[in-house]
Amino acid sequence: MSKEALKGVKVLELCQLVAGPYCTKLLADLGAEVVKIEEPGGGDAARSLPPFLHDIPDAEGSGLFLYLNTNKFGVTLNVATATGKDIFLELVKQADILVEDNPPQWMTERGLDYQSLKEINPRLIMTSITPFGQSGPYRDYKAYPLNVFQFGGEGYLTPGGVENTSRPPLKVGRFLAEYDSGLSAAIAILAALYWRGKSGSGQRIDISKQESLMALNRMDMVRSANEGEVITRAKQGVPYGGVLPCRDGYTVFITWESVQWDRLVAFMGDPEWASYDKFRDYAGRYQHGELLNALLTEWLVNHPKEELYHEGQAAGVPFAMVYTSKDLVDSEHLKARGFFVEIDHPRTGKVKYPSAPYKFSETPWQAKRPAPLLGEHNEEVFVRWLGHPREELAKLGSAGVV
Amino acid sequence: MLLAFMGAEVIKVESRVDMDHFRRQEAAVVFGSERAAADCFNSLNANKLGTTINLKTIEGIELAKRLVRISDVVVDNFRAGIMDRLGLGYGVIRGIKPDIIMLSASSHGSTGPESGYIAYAVTMGALSGLSQVTGYAEGPPVIMRSSADLRPGTSAAFAILAALNYRQETGEGQFIDFSAREALTCGIGETIMDYTMNGRVHSRSGNRDDIMAPHNCYRCRGDDKWVSIAISRDDEWEALCHALGNPPWAGDERFTDQFSRWQHHEELDELIEAWTINHTHYEVMETLQGAGVAATPSSSNEELFNDPHCRERECFTPVQHPEEGELYVLAPPWKFSATPARVTAPAPLLGEHNGYVLGELLGMPEEEITRLIAEEVLY
Repeated sequence: MSKEALKGVKVLELCQLVAGPYCTKLLADLGAEVVKIEEPGGGDAARSLPPFLHDIPDAEGSGLFLYLNTNKFGVTLNVATATGKDIFLELVKQADILVEDNPPQWMTERGLDYQSLKEINPRLIMTSITPFGQSGPYRDYKAYPLNVFQFGGEGYLTPGGVENTSRPPLKVGRFLAEYDSGLSAAIAILAALYWRGKSGSGQRIDISKQESLMALNRMDMVRSANEGEVITRAKQGVPYGGVLPCRDGYTVFITWESVQWDRLVAFMGDPEWASYDKFRDYAGRYQHGELLNALLTEWLVNHPKEELYHEGQAAGVPFAMVYTSKDLVDSEHLKARGFFVEIDHPRTGKVKYPSAPYKFSETPWQAKRPAPLLGEHNEEVFVRWLGHPREELAKLGSAGVV
Repeated sequence: MLLAFMGAEVIKVESRVDMDHFRRQEAAVVFGSERAAADCFNSLNANKLGTTINLKTIEGIELAKRLVRISDVVVDNFRAGIMDRLGLGYGVIRGIKPDIIMLSASSHGSTGPESGYIAYAVTMGALSGLSQVTGYAEGPPVIMRSSADLRPGTSAAFAILAALNYRQETGEGQFIDFSAREALTCGIGETIMDYTMNGRVHSRSGNRDDIMAPHNCYRCRGDDKWVSIAISRDDEWEALCHALGNPPWAGDERFTDQFSRWQHHEELDELIEAWTINHTHYEVMETLQGAGVAATPSSSNEELFNDPHCRERECFTPVQHPEEGELYVLAPPWKFSATPARVTAPAPLLGEHNGYVLGELLGMPEEEITRLIAEEVLY
């Protein structure tokens, strides 16, 4: 059994959908013991979101839920009931970390605010993830992933290119800002855990999804304040290169250093136009990008994408390919990297999942268990860990507490 | 830098023989001015100490090793294999400091047939699968920009913190091999799952959602002003209609339930935009949020800098840059109650802290530092 980076770290998750569950997944995948609390009945709302196995809606067959909840223990508990709240507090008492994503006043209204929880567990690190944080005029505003992405500064820049400013700004992927927020929270949690190792104290962490996304665009965010530069989609294209047509679809490349441009020219067999004055230096290529793209495309359309990627790279030119999910799963490189890992699950059988971008030499990422079935670990957690009598469990179930 | 925001002492090792891209002339062209390039560099290197060590010299390598001895973490983003060739591979580093945590980040990772390939944000966005699923329905794949660099950087910080916690418990360091393109792929996990479960390959669909409608950005009053609106339930739909003054099409059977709204999303989008076009995006947000409907402006950097919520949350911190004067830096995105994270200093000038790092931290005499500068070891 491999060593685990976060072995023994106890995490309690009171979250749904993407951001919060992704945060605790990151911890669970590195060995933290994560107990995910879902509402009895329907459970996490992600269970009803596609993609479903064979496109059949099924609370145990959502690929979104399965991906986001690997390695966790799952219980059902209605924290809004008196008994449910008592059980929740028992869990809080022994937890290191609590992650919750309820609307900002929800926990407070139920006596579950940080000050109250701190009294029963001073070492608790309580993390809240909401669209706009725990304070501010937009605190109680509603925001789905599209709304966060647009209000976090990146939506306005997507897609880049002058030709796009007459069209609506777009989103990237389905839930990208949610993943960003979950990661942002996970970082803060581990920093707080490290500090607790030195100080003995827990603390409260407030994560705003909007701020988490702004952070990933931090250079652009300050350019209006610092240079009066309002960054728009028109300025987010690349002067030349980027996605261009090739023989069998699209190719992608950029050149940064001058030497990379020289290599590209050589790679294309030293076309005559490459020696024109206007393309001689970066500033010139920047200025004449449109013309340059037209000339480049003339050559590119005679070459297939795989050749451009691998042979271009062999020649030292930063080429790439526009990969689909299939390309990624079939990629020899990613196979060699072991990036996709097969996980078995009672409903889906063995399916490949993306793992993680980090390979630790001592404490590798591991899939120890699939995402939990709804209430799968009720007995293990309530009876074996907390010591409630087994007979009680049935009664709590009928009462809608679990 | 994320670690520096949290109080870590971060020593950045640079050199004129291989200048950080953002300090080069090209950056001034790309960003429009030298000040803009300095600003971008500042946004990515605030709070750090800056040294210049020429790793192409033997003494430079020895200096680097002396820095390793006083460090907890070493991070590099050279192409795979370069640290080994410099004589600074993990085996050597661990020999100097057994509990060191070393993270080597590259676009493709340290292993595999494509390790050693060169990539930047634009190309990593394509390699990760993000570009394939981003764009208008009939349009080309969209390239990713700087956030496609910062997402992996953020993920790498997470990995380092996990290793630090492990070391705190066990005393053991380790090596972390990090791939930036893989970090980006993790952000479309559910898209990948549709392929691995069902063999389905996704392509572009604008702002269309799998089940929500309305779900788009709608033009508002002004030039290039848009508001995003997303509705996932009937009660939100009713609230929207009410907030719009119950227009005649509100009761249209094409829009009765979630599924029918999704089917008729194009017609719906036109009708909604006929309303939003007469309002500013902030007005639409206020009106609809007041009714419990998710609506937000598609905000520019300028709008966010001036936004009352961002101001109250103190999202922007000014620092005094020795050459550029006052520069704002985006504050870190975590609010800790006991250990607040902060922007405390501008990015270093090139080699600004050579004296402090070598003199104070390594105890090197002044004459030695002078000699190293003259011999272009500190260069």
